[in-house]
Amino acid sequence: MDHDSFFFQAFIYLAAAVISVPVAKRLGLGSVLGYLLAGMIIGPFVLGLVGQEGQDVMHFAEFGVVMMLFLVGLELEPSLLWRLRVPILGLGGLQVAATSIVLAGIALALGQSVKVALACGMILALSSTAIVLQTLQEKNLLKTSGGQSSFAVLLFQDIAVIPMLAVLPLLAGAEHAAGHSKGEHGSTWLDGLPGWLGGLLILGALGGLIVAGRYLVRPAFRWIAKTRLREIFTAAALLLVVAITLLMTRLGLSPALGTFVAGVVLATSEYRHELESEIEPFKGLLLGLFFIAVGASIDFNLILREPALVAGLVLALLGAKFVVLAALGKIFRLGLDQNLLFSFALAQGGEFAFVLFSFASGSGVLPEAVSSVLVAVVAISMALTPLVMILNERLVQPRVGTREKPERADDEIHEANPVIIAGYGRFGQVVARLLATNGVKSTLLDIDSDQVDLVRRFGARVYYGDATRHDLLAAAGASSAKLIVLALDNPEKTLELVHTLGKHFPHLTILARARGRNDAYSLLNAGVTHVYREVFDTSLAVGKDALHLLGFRAHRATRAVQAFRRHDEHMVRELAQMRRDDPGYVNTVRERTSAIEEVLRAELGYTEQADENAWDSEPLVKAYGNQAAE
Amino acid sequence: MHRFSMPLQPPEAPSVLVLFAHPNFERSRIHRELVQAIKGLPGVTFHDLYEAYPDLDINVRNEQELARAHQVIVWQHPLYWYSTPAILKQWQDLVLLHGWAFGAGGRALAGKQLLSAITTGGGPDAYQRSGYHEHTLGELLVPIAQTARLCGMTYLEPFVVHGTHQMTPEQAREAGARYRLLLASLAESAAIKGSELTAPAETRHGSR
Repeated sequence: MDHDSFFFQAFIYLAAAVISVPVAKRLGLGSVLGYLLAGMIIGPFVLGLVGQEGQDVMHFAEFGVVMMLFLVGLELEPSLLWRLRVPILGLGGLQVAATSIVLAGIALALGQSVKVALACGMILALSSTAIVLQTLQEKNLLKTSGGQSSFAVLLFQDIAVIPMLAVLPLLAGAEHAAGHSKGEHGSTWLDGLPGWLGGLLILGALGGLIVAGRYLVRPAFRWIAKTRLREIFTAAALLLVVAITLLMTRLGLSPALGTFVAGVVLATSEYRHELESEIEPFKGLLLGLFFIAVGASIDFNLILREPALVAGLVLALLGAKFVVLAALGKIFRLGLDQNLLFSFALAQGGEFAFVLFSFASGSGVLPEAVSSVLVAVVAISMALTPLVMILNERLVQPRVGTREKPERADDEIHEANPVIIAGYGRFGQVVARLLATNGVKSTLLDIDSDQVDLVRRFGARVYYGDATRHDLLAAAGASSAKLIVLALDNPEKTLELVHTLGKHFPHLTILARARGRNDAYSLLNAGVTHVYREVFDTSLAVGKDALHLLGFRAHRATRAVQAFRRHDEHMVRELAQMRRDDPGYVNTVRERTSAIEEVLRAELGYTEQADENAWDSEPLVKAYGNQAAE
Repeated sequence: MHRFSMPLQPPEAPSVLVLFAHPNFERSRIHRELVQAIKGLPGVTFHDLYEAYPDLDINVRNEQELARAHQVIVWQHPLYWYSTPAILKQWQDLVLLHGWAFGAGGRALAGKQLLSAITTGGGPDAYQRSGYHEHTLGELLVPIAQTARLCGMTYLEPFVVHGTHQMTPEQAREAGARYRLLLASLAESAAIKGSELTAPAETRHGSR
C-alpha cells in the first residue's frame, strides 16, 4: 500500500465515521449503527470505495475489542469480579452450552451433518462483545442487572473461545487437526507440546500476568510517570496492551481475555484512571473502524442471490438465541424488563464467529459454502442488534412497566464520588480525611508518583494523574461529582485546572487552595468563589494564641480573630478587582489596611461596650426604671 | 499504700462546681471581686467556660463528668436578656442530654443542687412588678428553676448582686464576702451529705 492510497483509505474511513455517526446519533440510532451503516455505504456493494482490504482492516481493528476488554477490566475490581462468579460461570456456561445444542439441532434439522451442526452451534452461540458493550455503555445500561448479566455472559464467551479453538479441529478428525491448526491460527509456542505441558504453560502465563501486573507494571509506570512526559505514558500504556496481545497470541489464547485479566489486576492501582484516559481514544477509534469493517464485509451479492435463505437464517439465529437467553434469564431471576434487555442484547452472532468460521473452514470442518452464508448471517445479525435494542427500548419496554433505574448499582463499578480532590499532599489529605470521617467519599488524584506510592502504603486510594487534563477528570467521575477541591502546589496548574473545569465541567463547585494573596486574586478573578489562602488560618491561630498568652481572655482573642478574618477576606475580594501593576495599588492596600484596622478596633470597642452595658445598664434603669416606679 | 487507697471522705474533695460565664470578664469589676473571693475555697471547683471554650465548642463528656462529680452546681453569670450568656445556654443545650440529665434513665444530676449566682445592672426596684422589667427576678428565673426541677435537682434561692454599675469598691468586697460564705457553707454541707450518700470510690472528680 503506497502512501497515497493509505491516506486515501484513512480519509474514506474517517470521513465515513465523521459523517454517519453524528447523523445516526442525531436520529437516536446510536454510534454502533452509524459505523455499520458507514461501512455498508463505503463497502464494495454500494460505493465500492473500500474493497477486499476491508478484511485486513477488520483483523487490525479487532485490536479495538482487545482494548475495550482492557478498559472493562480496569473498571472491574477483583472483588467485583469474584461477586460476579455465579453469573459468569453459571449463566455464561449455560448460555454457551444450551445455545450450542439448540443451534446444532436446528442445523441438523436443516440437513447438515453432525460435525457441521456442532461447529455451527458452538460458533454461533457466541455474541458480539464489541457491539453489546458499546451499545450498553452508550445507553448507560451496563450497570443494571440486565447489563451486568450480559457482561458476565460475554466474559464467559471470551474464555470459551479457547476450548473451541481446540475442539473444532477435532471435529474434522485427528489427522486434519495437526496440519491445520498451525496454518490457520499462526504458530504458537504450544505447537508440538503435549497437552498437559501446554495447559501448564497457559496457567503459568496467566499467573505471570497477574504477578507482573501487581509487582512489575506498577513500579514501571511509576518510573515512567516521573518523566512527566505524557506521550511516553501513552506509549507505555499501548506497549502494555500490545505486549499482552502478542503473548496471548503466542500461547493460542484470546488476547481480549489476557488484556482483560491485566485490566482487572491494574484496576486497584493508582494508574487506573490515567490508563483509562490514555487507551480510551485508541479503543474508540479502533472499535469504530471494526464496526465499519463489519458493515463493509456484508456480502450483499450473496444476500441478493438467496434473500429468503439468509433472512430465514438470521431470524432463526436471533430467535433461537433470544429464547435460550430469556429462559436462562428467568432461571437466574432477572426482572422481566432486565431479562428483555439481556435477551435482546445478546441475540446476535459475534466477531469471534468471523475468526472461528475461517478457522473452521480452513481446518475442513465447515464447507466453504456454509461458512460464507453464515458469515453474512452473523454480520447482518450484528448490524441488526442496535436496531433490535432500539425497538426493545421504544416499543417493548414501555409495555413492561417494572423499570430498573440505571443509577441503582452505580457505585458498584465506578467510583462515582461526590467530591474530587486534586492534589493529595499535606493539604488535600486533611480535607479528604475530614470528609471521610463524615461519610463523604472522595476520588483522590495526585501527579507525584512518589507521593501516590507513599500514601497508598497507608491504604489511601489515590490515583496517579495530571488533574488538569479533562479526560482524566472525566475518568475520575467529574461529570457526576458535585465538588472539586483544588489542593495543588502549583498556582499555574491550579489556574489551568480552573479554566479546564469551566470549559468541560461547569457544574462543579470549585474550592481552591491559594498560596497567598496574589494567588487568591488570580483565582477570584478566574471566577472561583471559594478561595482559601493556605497559611492564613494558621497565621490567625498563632496570632490568637499569642494574644491569649499575653493575657487576653481566650474568648476575646477568638472574637478578635473572627473579626480580623472577616475583614481581611472582604479586603482581598475588594482588592482582587485592582490590577497589581497599577501604581495606585500599594497605596490603596495601605489605605485599606489602616482603615480596616481602625474599623476593627472600633468594632471591638463597640462590642466591649455592648458587653459591659449588657442590656440593663444603670443609665437605662435610671432613665426608665425610676419613671416606672413613680 | 493500701492504708490510703480508700479514704472515707477526703477533706479536699470538691463538692461545689462553679460554672462561670462572662464574655467580657476583663471589664467586670464585680465578677472579678466574686471570683477572687471564692478562689481556693476548699471543696469548690472553679470552671471558666468562656476561657475553656472560647469558640463555644463544648466538650460534652468532660462537662458531664465534672457535673457528676459535684454535689452543688453554681451558674455564675451576669443576667443577659433575662437569661444566661450564650455559652451557658450552649452548655445546657449540649450537656443536659436526654437519657443523661432527664427523661428515661436520665438521673445523673438527680439529688444535686443548682444555684444561680447572678449580677444585674439594674437595682432591686427594677425587678418588681411595678419596676422597669415588670417582673420579679424569681419570675424571670422560672426557666432555670424548671430546668433544675426537670433534672431532679433542687433549685436554691439565687444569690443576686443588684446595681453593679453604681457599686463602691467596699460594697463589691462585701458582696464577695457574702458569696464566699454561701459557697463555703454549701461545700461543707454537701461534703457531709456526699459522704452519706456516695460511695467513696465514686467521689472522683475532674482536676479543673
